[in-house]
This record gives sequence, C-alpha cells and structure tokens, in this order.
Amino acid sequence: MEMVLQQPLYKRLAAGDWLYALLIVVAAGYSFSLYGSAMDYYEQLILVGSSIGLVALGWFWPSWRWFFPLAGSVSLLAIQLYDHNLARAAESFGLKYLLSSQSSFMWMCTLFFLATVLYWAGTLSRAGLLMRMGSGLTWAAAVFALAGLFTRWYESYLIAADVGRIPVSNLYEVFILFCLITALMYLYYEAKFAVRQVGAFVLLVISAAVGFILWYTFDRQAHEIQPLIPALQSWWMKIHVPANFVGYGAFAMSAMIGVAQLLIRRGILASRLPSAEVLDEVMYKAIAVGFLFFTIATILGAMWAADAWGGYWSWDPKETWALIVWLNYAAWLHMRLVKGWRGEPLAWWAVVGLLVTSFAFIGVNMFLSGLHSYGAL
Amino acid sequence: MRFAIGLLTILAIASIIGTVLKQNEPYPNYAFEFGPFWFAAFEKLGLYDVYHSSWFLLILAFLVLSTTLCIIRNGPAFLRDMKSFRERATDNSLRAMRHSQQLDRPLDEAQAMRLLQGHGLRVKRAARDDGSVLLAAKKGSANKLGYFFAHIAMVVICIGGLMDGNLPLKIGELTGSIKPETRDLPQAQIPEQSRLGTGNLSFRGSVTVPEGKSADVIFMNSGNGYLVQELPFIVTLKKFHVDYYSNGMPKLFASDIVVTDKDSGKTSEHTIKVNHPLVVDGVAIYQASFGDGGSPLQLKAWNLQTPQAAPTEIKGNSLGAQPLKVNGRDYKLEFGELRVFNVENTGAPGSDDKSLEQRLKDARSVRQDTKALKNIGPSISFKLRDQHGQAREYQHYMAPMQQDGEWYQVAGVRSDVGQPFQYLRLPLDKDMSIASFMRLYAALKDPTLYDEIRKRTTAKAMQGQAISPAMQQQFSDSVRWVLSRFAEGGFKALEQFLDDKVPADKRQAIAQTYIKILQGAVVDVMDVAQAKAGLAPWPQDAKHYRFLLDGLVGASALQDYAAPVYLEMSGFDQVQASGLQMTRSPGKNVVYLGSLLLVIGIILMFYVREVRVWLLLQRDGTRLAMTSNRHNRDLDQDFERMVGYLNKQAGEA
Repeated sequence: MEMVLQQPLYKRLAAGDWLYALLIVVAAGYSFSLYGSAMDYYEQLILVGSSIGLVALGWFWPSWRWFFPLAGSVSLLAIQLYDHNLARAAESFGLKYLLSSQSSFMWMCTLFFLATVLYWAGTLSRAGLLMRMGSGLTWAAAVFALAGLFTRWYESYLIAADVGRIPVSNLYEVFILFCLITALMYLYYEAKFAVRQVGAFVLLVISAAVGFILWYTFDRQAHEIQPLIPALQSWWMKIHVPANFVGYGAFAMSAMIGVAQLLIRRGILASRLPSAEVLDEVMYKAIAVGFLFFTIATILGAMWAADAWGGYWSWDPKETWALIVWLNYAAWLHMRLVKGWRGEPLAWWAVVGLLVTSFAFIGVNMFLSGLHSYGAL
Repeated sequence: MRFAIGLLTILAIASIIGTVLKQNEPYPNYAFEFGPFWFAAFEKLGLYDVYHSSWFLLILAFLVLSTTLCIIRNGPAFLRDMKSFRERATDNSLRAMRHSQQLDRPLDEAQAMRLLQGHGLRVKRAARDDGSVLLAAKKGSANKLGYFFAHIAMVVICIGGLMDGNLPLKIGELTGSIKPETRDLPQAQIPEQSRLGTGNLSFRGSVTVPEGKSADVIFMNSGNGYLVQELPFIVTLKKFHVDYYSNGMPKLFASDIVVTDKDSGKTSEHTIKVNHPLVVDGVAIYQASFGDGGSPLQLKAWNLQTPQAAPTEIKGNSLGAQPLKVNGRDYKLEFGELRVFNVENTGAPGSDDKSLEQRLKDARSVRQDTKALKNIGPSISFKLRDQHGQAREYQHYMAPMQQDGEWYQVAGVRSDVGQPFQYLRLPLDKDMSIASFMRLYAALKDPTLYDEIRKRTTAKAMQGQAISPAMQQQFSDSVRWVLSRFAEGGFKALEQFLDDKVPADKRQAIAQTYIKILQGAVVDVMDVAQAKAGLAPWPQDAKHYRFLLDGLVGASALQDYAAPVYLEMSGFDQVQASGLQMTRSPGKNVVYLGSLLLVIGIILMFYVREVRVWLLLQRDGTRLAMTSNRHNRDLDQDFERMVGYLNKQAGEA
C-alpha cells in the first residue's frame, strides 16, 4: 500500500540504511576484536551503545553516513602515519601540517573563521554560492574537529599507556567538542529547514569559541595532553560530557537563531533572512533537543557523582548551575507549550538563556570553586 | 502554574546565592568575612547552608505540592483526551480545522478503513443520523502520557531527595533532642545528644583514619558544630596508597581497609579507590581525601644563640605537640602535617618570553604537558609558641634543593596564617650539611672575633692597595661597625641606618661601600671561624666564595626567622591517614526512577507526534480533516499528500 502519512523511521529503512548499519557493526566488531580484552564491562556496554547510536544517527540523518566514516578514515590515516611513534608528529609532513591532532584543530579553527566570513558575505550579498561554500567549509571544519579528537585520543596513548584517555576531560578539549557539536547540529537544521542564511549567526558563536581555543592554546599552552586525575578516571565521563555538550551546543544555537529572529522582527536584514516563523520553529526544536540531552547529561552526572563524590547531588556550584539552566529551559518550554508564547519574548529569553548557559559552562570554572575544578582558566 | 514559576524563580535565585557564597565553611571564617552584623543576619537566613535551610526545603515542598495539584487538576482531562477519538465532532468543527478539505467524490468505507489502519492509526466508526459515517482515527497518543511521566517524575525525584535530606535531623534539632557539638572533644566524650544511632536511615559524613587505626563513627557538619553518626561496622585502615604519573600528577588514591561487622564480628578486606566505592550494609564508603596520620619524626635542633655547637637530637610526632626548653625558656612545639611529597611547578611559566613563531610551533606540536612538575621532597610544618602564647609558623623542607648548581636547605616562616611563607635558603657544605653555615653564622654574631677579623680584612685591603695608608684606621673601624650592625639585624639594619642617617643622594654610593666591605670581610669571618673550631681554612675559589655570599643572605634572613632554635628534619617514619566519606542514601533509587520517568516523559512529549485524521464519508462526497499536536511542516505535507491520494482513489472508484 502506498504510504501517505509520514511513517516512523524504522518502517522506512532501505538497503542503503542496512548497508551503513553493517559497516558500523563490522567496524565495532573489529575494534572489539582488537581491544575487547582491554575493556571493562562498562566500556563494552558503551561500545555496543555507541554502535547503536551511530547506526541510529546515520539512519536519521543521511549526511552522517559519509561524515562519520570520513572523519574516521582521516584519523585512521593519521594513526597509520604515526606508526606507534609520537616523534613522527614532527617528522611526517602529513602529520605536521595536516593530520596530527593539533594541526587538525588549527585547520578546524581556520575553516570555521573562513566559513563565518563566507556565510556573512553570502547572506549580505544574497549569493547562494558563497553560502554553499560556507556550509562546505563548516563541514570540512567538523571533519577536522572529529578526526582531530580521534587522533588526540590515540596520541594520548602514545605518550604513555597510563596517560591514554578520551579527549573530553578539560576545558580545551570540550571547547573543541562544543564547536563540533554546535556545527553539526546547525548543519542538520540548515538542511532540514533550508535556512542557510542563519549560518552567519550560528557561526559567530562558534567563532567566539574558536577565538577562545586559540587564546587558550597560544597564551596558556592548554593544548598539552595531561593524564587524568583519579576523580576523572571513570567510564561515566565518556557519556556524561558529550551528552552535556549536545545540550550546550543546542542552547547556543537557539540563542543565535533568537538573535536572527529579533533582527528580522525589527526589519533589520529581514529581506536577506528566512521568515521569523521558520526561525521560531528551528529555535524551538533546538531547545527541545538540547533540553532532552541536558536532562540526560545531568542525570548521568548525578549517577557519576554517586560513584565518585559520595552522593548523587551535593549542591556543588556546577550542579547547582546545571539545575538553574535546566529550570530556565523548562520554564521556556512551558511558556511555549502551555501558554502558547511565540516569537519575540521567547527569542529574547533564548538569548538570555545563552548567558545563563555560558555561566554554567565557563563562568562557574572561572569564578566559583567546587568539585568541578579541573577546567580552571 | 504562575505560582509554580514564581517558586522556581525563587529557587533559582536561592541556588545562585548558594554557589556564590561558599557553603558549610567554619563559622569564624564567615564572621571574619562579613563582620558581626551581616554574619548574624546571614546566619539567621541560613545562608551558610542554603540548600538545607528550612525555607529552601519549604519551597521544595511547595513545588512538590504544586506539581501534584497540577497533575490532579489537569490529569483527568488529559486522560479523557488521550482516550477519546473525538468521533462526535460536528461538521462545523471539522470544517473549522486548519487542515480540512471537502472532496466532491464519495469514498468506500472499507477502503477508507484500510487506508487508515494501514498507517497504524486506530479508528473509531460513528454512524450519523443523516446516513453519513465518520471515521475518527489517531495515533501517537503516548505523547500525552509524556506529560504524566515528566510531571510525576518531578514529584518522585523530590520525594527521593527529601528521603535523603536531613529532615529528621532538622526536626530533632528543632525539638532539642539532637544538638550539634561545637567543642573539639575526643570521640568517646561526645555527649549522647550529639550522637546518632545506627538506625538512622540516611546520612552523609566523613572520618579520617590513620594507618593501623580504626573508626566506627563518622562526623557530619551541622551548622556551627558537628554530629557523630554511629556505624554498624568498624573500618580499619591497613595501608593508604598514592601513585603518581611520570609528570608528578596524582594517578591513584586507594585505601586497603578491613571492615568488621559489629554484630557478627565477621571481617572482610577491601580496597577502595576514587570512583570505586564499597557498599557495606547499605552504607557506601568512598575514598575522599588523604593526609598525614601522625608520623614519628627525628629532628636536629640548632641553638641559634650558640650556632657553632653541635645540634641536639629531638623526637616528635607530626600533628602532635610537645614542650621544648631552649636557653632556659619554655616553648611549646606544635607540629603540623608531614608532607612526604611536595609536587611543585618549578618550571618557568612557559609562555612569557616566547616569540610568536615559537608559540605557533608549540601549538602545532603534540606533547605531554611540559610544566616542570617536580617533587621537592618531604616537608614538616610546625609552630613554636612562647610563654605568652605568641607563635610563628615554620615550614621546613628535608631534602637539599639545587638552585643554579649549588645546594641549599630551604625553610619558610610566617607570623600570620593568612600570609605566604617567607623562605630562607641556607647553603650546604660539601657534606651536605648546614654545619659550616652555622659556624659562619656564629662567627658573624660574635663581637669578640671582630678585632681579629678587621685586622685581617684591613691588611688584605692594604695589600691590594684598595685603600691608602691614611685611611687604614677609618677602614678598620668601618669593618667593625658594618659587622656589628649586620649582626644586629642583617641587611635590613644597614638599610635602616642608610635611610635614617644618610642623605638620599649619597645612599647608593655608601650602600655599595658597605656591601663591598661585607663581601670582603666575610672571607675573613669564615677563616676565623674555621681557626676557632680547629679546622683548616677554606680554599679561596669561586665555589667557596659563593657559599659565603649565600651565607650572608642566609644569616640576614635568619634574623627574621625569630626563633631561638632552628629545627632540621633528619628523618621520619611515615604514617598516612585516609579520609573516608560514608553515605547511606535510601532515596537514591527513588531519584533514579524519577530520572528515568523524566527522560521517558520528555521523549514522549517532544518526539512522539500525535496525529488525528477524520474521514466523513458522505453520500456525495468526503470531508478530510487532520490535526497534530504540533503545527509543523510535517502535518502540512501529510495533509497535502492525503488530499492528493484521496482524490486519486476517489477518481478510480
């Protein structure tokens, strides 16, 4: 029978979808055959869980199917070039200028800046080509970011076996994660809602993060790989941190869309940007997905705290600010869903939400003391 | 709803206060920071423990109540709506829907049924009086369930939190049956009213156990004091471990413990690590901190009135206190913590003096951190209290430290806990001992030697033709004067004199002269000291000269040291202590259940799309109407496709 209504994802799967799933399963199986003996029970569960997650993400978002394998291949190439020897980073041309994690991140920074310029040029001059190039560069930057993170993970093991760890454990690394996730989420919505002009705004917040990364690298040498202190040696980190950054990325994106929406409603750039109603919907979607992941991340954080700190909730400043962020967006969603608010007030609120979120993300580390003290500036 | 949002706002603001103001600090710290008035005011408001203050708990309770009321009030209508197919919708209401269209061809009922059911919709048929049939269909009703899940979850989480909160304690404190202890008493003497039995359902506290010792209680902060919680078992610390990475960062904190059940006497051995707690009888035991457990120490006491004399050996215990008699006066020696590892960043702060090119290169390179984290060895801190109760605090390092190629012993001193330590470094001789320095120091302070010293120094100056014969007597007097002034108060005393007596424009030149005299005389001071001790004179080379100059600096700094005795740590027997945190939290699983409900609720609310379709089958046409809980573009597309499909079907029929 012909399907007229949109069907759930699992009913729409085609041969290509299964092929992609097979690829992921084979890759996961191969990783397990290589490293399974070094994994504990939880890490094996995480491998299974992330395979399922990767398959689901690829089914849900077709672009992921080339993006993820590409980033994976790039970092595999880097690993090949390293040949178990960290010193090769300075010798091999490919590593030195392109593929070592630091080179990848520097390329990521450059490409994000260029993409921002192109998006703005494209939006202001109504040139679709420039905007398409902007999106292409954003994709490329995201490939470098993800591949760089994978490579950095490998490099940490080259430094010493006991130093090896997933690169999501300090402020430098999570800023890269933030850029990556925000960019990817934006690219998803850009394609889904055909709102390429908004890239100019979303890339601004990414550029700000990139600026921070550069300052942090050049001035504070924060890119150096450090081993994990005992409090962070837990498999919980592998899921708590990324989940949190889906939330932060989504909230940052919604705030920038809120800015665009406010400008449109004031007649600024209105003819060059999509309609305020479409942006309103994208903003809502971003906050909804951010809220879901932020909730999950906070719960995972509580479960980790119950293992590490002696209680699932200690009113640590970071925990408390996470609660404040959560309450903020819970109220936002209530206003939209229950009271039927739309448009300007919610856009303003989303912008203010970014301030609250940023404080929870960086401000707490800078100004308050507490148990989450490993990201100090 | 508005009330709930108001409460949430207050809750958020209160939470912010709690993050800005450091919680659960000792009360004197607050009093010092805010002054008496604000200290009392803030204490009344419970700001030192916001999250456990009565008003904060009251807001939480109100939130639970308000959410419960919200569920009770809106729940039934939601449930009705969830169950209902709205098959009684009138023509008018169908027409009024945003997605509604009248098709002018009739549709076969069986076919319509197949279409709807084939899409996973549940259908209810209603025959109408005018002969038409309304097929009301829907799917995704679970969306409404999300509302229940999410809101019940909030109530469940809060209940779990209250189970683990200190509500019973608060009530006990209000009724006076529980009273926090504010004095520093041995555990056994703490009165009954400050002790909680093993029956207490929920607690969280900590205890420090030295190696080889046991604990069967934990301590919990409560306001200005603490409470003692009895445990159903005894924890004995066998050994505490710290491992370090090659760069000096800590890698592992672990405690080997033995747990003995109080009732059955059964023992079991375990190792707990950070992130790997042990659960016994529903009590989770965590590795929380570590420190010194009171280690036996050996020290050499150098009497600073007679520094040339051999030091006396004394024994002590870190964290302990003992009397000390020096030169007929009574002092109290209060030891602080023995720290065996002192990992310090000894490298130059890397980024200060780098070229841009170098920084760019650094940014590209993949390295482990190059901060020169280095273990500079054991240290002991102690206070020396005189009869008037005045004390200075000292921090002495045991291992020699190398600076610019030479070796030193380093000691810090401060008169006020709030200040940073002032460090003095005493040069070590070829035996790695401070004995030579002490000999030099003794000679510098001994006026009876000055005549011999000034004779030698003046003779040398004459020989080198640095002074004319006419100046001889004046120079000799100067040497004596500079030496005695230096013996009184080091470089500071000389500076003081210059500031008081010499016009500003001449100070620089005269200071230079004094320094030159001192630098010349110190060689003779050491020679005289060696001769007096019956030892061979030192060779005159750069290495020994540097020692003497360092000795002058050290001797000057010892003036500020202001202790009758210099304690050199010569050995220790480390006994560590492990800080264990113990928690019993029966509400934990309730909170987790609530969290699960919350996530399910949010997913159902945001990601399950409720779609309703109505097909009114009339004799001469068909009306199609559709709604969705979200006015998104999916519905527009679905509706368009549905209209197209029905038109085609009807055409074929």
